[in-house]
Amino acid sequence: MGAPHGHRLHFHGHSPLHRAPAHLKVAGLVTFMLVVVATPGSWVPAFAAYAVALGVLVAVSGVPVGYLARRMVVETPVLMFAALLPFVATGPEVDVLGLGLSKPGLVAAGALVTKATLGVLASLLLAATTDPRDLLAGLERLRVPTQLVQIMGFMVRYLDVVTDELRRMKTARESRGFTARDPRHWPVVAKSAGALFIRSFERGERVHLAMISRGYDGSAHQGARR
Amino acid sequence: MHVPDGFLDAPTSLATAGVAAAGIAIALRGARREVDDRIAPLAGLVATFVFATQMLNFPVAGGTSGHLMGGALAAVLVGPYTGLLCLTVVLAVQSLLFADGGITALGTNVVLMGVVTVVAGYLAFRGVQLVLPKRLSMVAPAAAIGALVSVVLSAATFVGLYAVGGAVPIPLDTLLTAMVGVHVLIGIGEAVITFLVVASIVAVRPDLVHGARRVLAVRTLETRVAA
Repeated sequence: MGAPHGHRLHFHGHSPLHRAPAHLKVAGLVTFMLVVVATPGSWVPAFAAYAVALGVLVAVSGVPVGYLARRMVVETPVLMFAALLPFVATGPEVDVLGLGLSKPGLVAAGALVTKATLGVLASLLLAATTDPRDLLAGLERLRVPTQLVQIMGFMVRYLDVVTDELRRMKTARESRGFTARDPRHWPVVAKSAGALFIRSFERGERVHLAMISRGYDGSAHQGARR
Repeated sequence: MHVPDGFLDAPTSLATAGVAAAGIAIALRGARREVDDRIAPLAGLVATFVFATQMLNFPVAGGTSGHLMGGALAAVLVGPYTGLLCLTVVLAVQSLLFADGGITALGTNVVLMGVVTVVAGYLAFRGVQLVLPKRLSMVAPAAAIGALVSVVLSAATFVGLYAVGGAVPIPLDTLLTAMVGVHVLIGIGEAVITFLVVASIVAVRPDLVHGARRVLAVRTLETRVAA
């Protein structure tokens, strides 16, 4: 765990967007994206309006554009899939640089990229402006089952511990001169995953015992709250 | 790949969210039987494990690599109910904190990568386990077949959802052939990795593997005397 106990996407700040209650932000994100998804792909002005609205929110949040832009790489697989669409879709074809591309495919690819980009940007903005603890409390206010929120709380809390454990195993493997290069090396990597499972499971048991010794009785309202 | 926003139309997204919610409700009830009051810490740590293994790269060839989806693996390791909760939480955290997979497509992703992989993977695992001899060494092969079935069925379900609410006119038979074809290959990879991971855990701590419980229960104490 590093010193700032936020997750990797969180951008510390004090803008109105940072201070807004998390449950409103999550509800707003879901509503906004449902509207975006339900908008027919041909309504270009509507999408321009969504983009402007999102841009204003980014400006208000004070999260640097470069910070968000670098994290948009998560969208790469979607872009690759969208690039394939004009080739595989049916319908009337148009000539683009000598290639016969499907027109509905092009339109759909455009709509998919637009909607997915708006979605990724909006989600990134939520992640950047919301502390994970507030997010969990917000989800609980939105009536997400307490148990699910508790599990999520443990996951968020131990994410860095477990991924660090995985990283240490990799360092250990490599310090012994091992680098996984092809499928013949899978058994070694898989054994690391197996060891990681045993360690995670045992850590879960230890955490549970530690909680019991501090008075946890298996009921709700203790895990996710601050 | 996680389904992004806008890939399926809004009604289909809402419908899959309903299916996902129903699956989660059943899993919440069932998980209590699998891990009693240890649910939150254990499922939380196992969810973290699933998330971490998805970051573990298995090199294929020429610099490309793949990773586990982990549905069948989680179902075999901690049971289907807890497994589904873990996968759901992983997908929710990926969507909310990492922007991986659209928020409106969360229900779709939970159905495809949670409900379908866990249910299909576990049923296939149990089916194979019934046929194979009841030995510890058979747990990993059964898990591997569960993993293969889970990936292929997940891909087929995706095509089915696409047929209902897809936004692009792709000929369905082409899509089905392409998706299932590619995912049989991916499924074989998933099966091999699941086999290796489960085998390595069964070798060390068979008592932790949910899918090995029945086998452990019928195991008798052996006394071996050195000659």
